[in-house]
Amino acid sequence: MGINLDKVMSFNERALKVFNRRSEVLAANLANADTPNYKARDIDFQAVLQGVAGKQQSLPLTVTHPGHIRAGSGASGGDLLYRVPHQPSVDGNTVEAAEEQVRFSENAMRYLAEVRFAGDKARGIKRAIKGE
Amino acid sequence: MSLFRVFDISGSGMTAQSLRLNITASNMANADSVSSSAGQTYRAREPVFSAVYDRSREGLQASVGVKVAAVVENRSPLQQEYRPDHPMANEDGYIFKPNVDVIGQMANMISASRSYQSNVEVFNTSKRMLMRTLSMGQ
Repeated sequence: MGINLDKVMSFNERALKVFNRRSEVLAANLANADTPNYKARDIDFQAVLQGVAGKQQSLPLTVTHPGHIRAGSGASGGDLLYRVPHQPSVDGNTVEAAEEQVRFSENAMRYLAEVRFAGDKARGIKRAIKGE
Repeated sequence: MSLFRVFDISGSGMTAQSLRLNITASNMANADSVSSSAGQTYRAREPVFSAVYDRSREGLQASVGVKVAAVVENRSPLQQEYRPDHPMANEDGYIFKPNVDVIGQMANMISASRSYQSNVEVFNTSKRMLMRTLSMGQ
C-alpha cells in the first residue's frame, strides 16, 4: 500500500491556483477602479471548484479548428465573468471599490487557510514517514 | 506564479494614482497663477486612465494593469477679470485666471489617495500570501 503524494496534494494545489488567479483578477479590478469603461470581472469560484472535484456534468463542444476557443477552460484558469454593478457610474466603470476590497480580503483568507491545510497535510505525511 | 503578477498590477495602479496626485498638486499650486493673455494662462490638467491588457495571454484570461494614457488640458473657459491696477494686466486692463476648480481638485485628491491606499493594501496582502506559501509545511 503506497501513498500517492501527487494525489494527496493535488486538490490543495489546484485550489491554491484558483485563489491565486482570483487574487490577480481582483487586484486588476482595484487597480482599474478609476479607469473609464473598465468592467469589473471575477471568477465563479463555486463552478471552478465543482470542475476540480470532477462533479461537473457538461457536454464538451466539438472543436473543428485549432483557433477555436474551447468552452469551459481548465480548472486553473476558470472562466472570467463580468460583475453586475449595484450602482453603475456615468463613465462606464463597474468597479465598486469597497466590494472588491471585501472580496479580495476574503479570497486572501481562503488562500491562507488553504496554505495552512496543505502545510498540515505535508507535516502529517512527514510524521507518518518518520514513524513517530 | 500569478501572485507576482498581482505585484505588477497593483504597482501599475500605484504609479497611475501617484501621477494623478501629482497632476492635482500642480493644478492646486497654479490655481492663482494669473497672466496677461489667454494663451499663457495655466489650464487645469486631467489624467486619462486606460486599462493595459497583457498580450501574452489571450482574451479574457489576460491580466489587466492600468496606465495613464494621456494628460489633457481642461477646455473650459478661463476667468477674465478687469483689474487695471494689477501688474500683469494687459493694455485693456484685463488679467486671466486659470480654470482650476479647487474644490473639484480636492475631491480628486481624496479619491486618488484612497485608490492608492487600496492598491497598497492589495500589495501587502499578496506579499503576506506569498510569504506564507514560502514557509508552507515548516
